[in-house]
Amino acid sequence: MSGFRPPFPFSAIVGQEQVIRCLLATAVDPLIGGLLIFGNRGTGKSTAVRALSRLLPPMKVVADCAYHCDPDGTSLCEACRRRKPEELKSTTSSVPVVDLPLGASEDRVVGALDLESALTRGEKVLETGLLAKANRGYLYIDEVNLLEDHIVDLLLDVAASGENVIEREGLSVRHPARFVLIGSGNPEEGELRPQLLDRFGLSVDVTTPNDLAVRVEIVKRREAYERDAAGFSTEWHGKDMALRRKVQRARKILADMETPDGILELVSKLCMTLGTDGLRGELTLARTARAFAALDGKKVVAARHVLEAAIPSLRHRLRRDPLDDTGSDVRIERAIEEVMAA
Amino acid sequence: MIQPADAGQAAWQDACLVAAMLAVAPKACGGVVIKAQAGPVRDRWLALFKSLCPPQMAFRRLPVNAAPQRVFGGLDLTATLNAGYPVAQRGLLSEVEGGVVIAAMAERMEPAMAAQIAGIMDSGQMIVERDGLQLKANTRFSMIALDEARDDEPGIPVSLREQLAFDVRLDEVSAAQSQSGFYGAAQVEAARERFVRTRLEEQALTGLCEVAMVLGVGSLRASIMAATVARLHAALHGRAETEREDAEAAVRLVLVPRATQLPEAPPEPDQQPQDQPPPRDQSEGSDQSEQEQLTPEQLSDILVEAAKAALPADLLARQEAARQAAAAAGMGGSRAGVRARSATRGRPVGSRAGELRPGSKLDIVETLRVAAPWQALRRRQREAEGSTKPSAAIEIRKQDFRLKRFQQPAESTAIFIVDASGSSALNRLAEAKGAVELLLAECYVRRDQVALIAFRDDKADLLLPPTRSLVRAKGSLTALAGGGGTPLANAIDAGLVLSETERRRGRTPVMVLLTDGQANVARDGKRERAAAREDAVDAARRVRRARVRSLLLDISPRPSRPAALLAEEMGATHVPLPYADAKAVSSVVRAHVEAAPALQAAV
Repeated sequence: MSGFRPPFPFSAIVGQEQVIRCLLATAVDPLIGGLLIFGNRGTGKSTAVRALSRLLPPMKVVADCAYHCDPDGTSLCEACRRRKPEELKSTTSSVPVVDLPLGASEDRVVGALDLESALTRGEKVLETGLLAKANRGYLYIDEVNLLEDHIVDLLLDVAASGENVIEREGLSVRHPARFVLIGSGNPEEGELRPQLLDRFGLSVDVTTPNDLAVRVEIVKRREAYERDAAGFSTEWHGKDMALRRKVQRARKILADMETPDGILELVSKLCMTLGTDGLRGELTLARTARAFAALDGKKVVAARHVLEAAIPSLRHRLRRDPLDDTGSDVRIERAIEEVMAA
Repeated sequence: MIQPADAGQAAWQDACLVAAMLAVAPKACGGVVIKAQAGPVRDRWLALFKSLCPPQMAFRRLPVNAAPQRVFGGLDLTATLNAGYPVAQRGLLSEVEGGVVIAAMAERMEPAMAAQIAGIMDSGQMIVERDGLQLKANTRFSMIALDEARDDEPGIPVSLREQLAFDVRLDEVSAAQSQSGFYGAAQVEAARERFVRTRLEEQALTGLCEVAMVLGVGSLRASIMAATVARLHAALHGRAETEREDAEAAVRLVLVPRATQLPEAPPEPDQQPQDQPPPRDQSEGSDQSEQEQLTPEQLSDILVEAAKAALPADLLARQEAARQAAAAAGMGGSRAGVRARSATRGRPVGSRAGELRPGSKLDIVETLRVAAPWQALRRRQREAEGSTKPSAAIEIRKQDFRLKRFQQPAESTAIFIVDASGSSALNRLAEAKGAVELLLAECYVRRDQVALIAFRDDKADLLLPPTRSLVRAKGSLTALAGGGGTPLANAIDAGLVLSETERRRGRTPVMVLLTDGQANVARDGKRERAAAREDAVDAARRVRRARVRSLLLDISPRPSRPAALLAEEMGATHVPLPYADAKAVSSVVRAHVEAAPALQAAV
């Protein structure tokens, strides 16, 4: 059985509410800054990510740009910036969800001289890497905790600056590389460096559902998919499109989302109570709460959106205390109780 | 319970059943882990499996040290150097398309490679992004992983294990027992046609999911595989829909080997196998008509019973052994740095770009691989520049250099936590100090570090921070006071904090607790025996949870209950040592610390 097999439909995923909600939030607001999905094997982590590509609304891009620049955007690549605005022909394209496989080498991640045109025509042309492909989309790393150190270093740098700089083989190119970083892995097989951990806006812990009916439903749907992937995919297409419209609506609302002062105060108080390092936690928490509110079709952020966003935005930013092995989630729940009681 | 004499026979029967089912639909169930030493029985199983597969089926052997280029595909070095432009070679995993990969010594496969292969099996898609090449291919194959690990060693990487439905143990099977193959190619062939149409009964699906929950099988992939295996079993036995025994076989072959907990204890003790048919009984027929009347609850109960009957008696003990092996090997609870990367020493683990410095080791093949595609271009460039230097056979640039990376067993830090309370404190401290000095004297060879925490009254003091320096140790250990209460919990806490710090530095901590286990000061400083004991037990459990290796040297005149209990809670080795002189302590600790690198080398 070769040929193209459609991914498992997003809307057919059962029992992963938090992952789904967070993935949708990153689709509504890519600036949330990525999602880390940690959990044991067989919990459907990669299924959810691979399903995402079909759900994302297509985006407007410059027709012949290697980095799919946004013709209306501000962060254009050098080639697009040199052209006059009326020369930028726009077209639509699907949002890239790029796999960064383990064992990928640096030249393929960053980009390198295109050998073929160099050899045949003697031209110095960049053969773009995965970072260019992922611009304005998603970069997905399965088993992120097993990724080689020097690739991690590279990613940290680019994710922080939003720009990829290539200096090799006489090439000197820089291009925008803004992407939502999605990582998944099993923490029992190795932990993540704190610097990389911090680059992920949200973090979700996936566990297997403990409800028999849910488990039976998951197995049933999987069986149906394995039997006839195309048919199963068609069956769920309508629901996937409904979700896509929900994301599009949420994006529109987000632009005028109102965040009351009381909500911002709640965000700061929570972060203070938990003693999270740096401002990143606070920013992510506020952003995610706004995205959740938008997904709910609300125009004003409410306290419940902040509380819902608290665990995924903060759980990986708590300082570890070897003498307190209370889970991060419990610590955040306690902090919520404390702040709400005050 | 299975009689020991029949155990081998039963194991072989199951192994043959697995071979037949796998041959019916190799890709549908991922594959099988064969846990056995190399030998005639394993060979016979492989031969049987091959005889059941269609003759055109591809088989490829994956050696444990195969280079990534060979496994996944990549740049063909020789062809590239000859051609002057990059030439790709296909990897073993795409050559085998639709066939079977036999992974030799799979327990020694690198976790990263295992995870990559597992990802390919899961998605059916292979993506390679290396050496300037992008290769993308659909590939579906199944795998026979040969696992030769002993029970106390870590087995095949969990990522790969997860993808393989079956688990076959052949060590108990004698050569004589493995004569018959039970299944024939014709039966398998017929089943192959039937399988696509074989339906899984709704009740059976619910039952399988329930048994998975009862056995603590978290992964839903296991439940999905069990459903597939039930269908395979039905197809193999000529049925169009699964029946009770098909579900039972799926429980026994897929779910039971993955069990992490025993089913809730039934009211009666384990003396009940008489009143139920042995699950391995192939003779069906008698209660076939009752089949339809079974309620979902009844079927689930039957399946749970089947699981219980098939569960090995030593399941939990075996798991504990595996868990400890994994922890000792720095997997399982591995933290960044438990196995240190090094530039110069240890086992080679790939290479990375870098500058050549004195002492760094060049990976010549990798460097050539990077340089190869550029040869024609560089030569042309050199001619264009009109360079007068004679042209080199191979043009290598600085950016091509690839340096070898090595992995070495992490250095360890022995953290002594010494009871300085009571009357004999001074004497004990002196001996501990002697032991520290003896160990340090050897550290120049072993490169391990030593730290010392003493506890008395209401606090634990870090007398000697982790060090390798004998001089420093001697200096800081001179002025020691003894006497007072025993704040055991505080001491263990302090040891654990230091252990975590050491881990972050990439060392493996080993806690060495010298005590009689009698705590009398609680964490809050109150002198209350009950609270003190409770706190100490709590602290000990944390050590276990944090998976810090520990050693409890029991210094009471005769082996004491409290010390033994504490050791158990900590997961520590309990060593009674009534006359804790410096020599005895240092030799016990050395033996314990040295056990770690030996295991790590086996990863």
